[in-house]
Amino acid sequence: MTASGSPATLPPFQQLLDEHGRDVLGFLIASVGPHDAEDCFQETFIAALRGYPRLKHAGNLRSWLLTIAHRKAIDHHRAGARGALPSGSAEEVGGALGGSDARLESAGDEEIWTLVSVLPPKQRSAVVLRFATDMAYRQIGDLLDCSEEAARRSVHEGLKTLRGEPV
Amino acid sequence: MSDRNGRQGYEMDRLGEGLLARAEREGLLDVAYATVDSPFGELLVAATERGVVKLSLPHHGAAEALEQIAAGVSPRVLEAPARLDPARRELDSYFEGKLKRFETDVDWTLARGFTAKVLHTVARIPYGKTLSYGEVAERAGNPRAFRAAGTACGANPVPLIVPCHRVVRAGGDPGNYGGGPGMKLALLEMEGALSRPGQ
Repeated sequence: MTASGSPATLPPFQQLLDEHGRDVLGFLIASVGPHDAEDCFQETFIAALRGYPRLKHAGNLRSWLLTIAHRKAIDHHRAGARGALPSGSAEEVGGALGGSDARLESAGDEEIWTLVSVLPPKQRSAVVLRFATDMAYRQIGDLLDCSEEAARRSVHEGLKTLRGEPV
Repeated sequence: MSDRNGRQGYEMDRLGEGLLARAEREGLLDVAYATVDSPFGELLVAATERGVVKLSLPHHGAAEALEQIAAGVSPRVLEAPARLDPARRELDSYFEGKLKRFETDVDWTLARGFTAKVLHTVARIPYGKTLSYGEVAERAGNPRAFRAAGTACGANPVPLIVPCHRVVRAGGDPGNYGGGPGMKLALLEMEGALSRPGQ
């Protein structure tokens, strides 16, 4: 866990599970709902384990895991499984935050899912990464394959919707 | 809050178990490890599908051992005690003074070259017997390499199972040991190797 970009001295995989398992689970619960998060969690870590020895550098393994988790969440949405669609309309959930983001910051994983399930997938991922895993906008952009600015916009638009403000 | 953490902790354990079962099924669990209690303290034992690849004696830093495994065997290292059950049972029985000979397989990946030669010789020293470093060097094919034999014993990746504690100084003094000279003496005493000096 020293300087990023250092040549591969990969830590034992158990360390990834111990240090980042909860974040990955939190992200997945918020992305696909508590019911399907377990399957996605296993898919994520099996995929990670499979590719791990070929990883070129040990810098930011957390982002790497969340990238895989994000892909698994997208696969899950594409498969049209339960939880793929927002569970409520913006009007129903609108104003959930009551003009403050404090509730989002202190919310549990399942609570976040309830709050953000109304958002379109990309905004949902952006908001979740920002609040459930405390990730920087630049990294969110890398992970969602968009610019830092676009990531910031997605988070802000998502928050506006959650506050019940017009987007 | 503690409720939530407790529940999540349980959830993570359960998820981890599902993951381990699947990793094993799909051949992705290259190295499984577990901690094993011993009269000398906690041991870390790790195994590939071929056998025990690493045993770390008490006070030897489990983290370092795991890093050595990740670099020298495979980074696919997970805490998966089930695979270590046979080795754990043998170790328990050995510390109770019952087991005289380990049957568990050894994976020699972490021992190379002359070290491997020396350790294969060491693996054949019977319970309760000792050899000097010089004797081990000779049997490994290089009679003058007694210092290298000592180094090889020090680098033994699977002590106890490969009984490097049975290699002593020519004068009969037990000499160094990874687990400390006290542990070496206690093991030799348990095996009855000290009561008949000169054997």
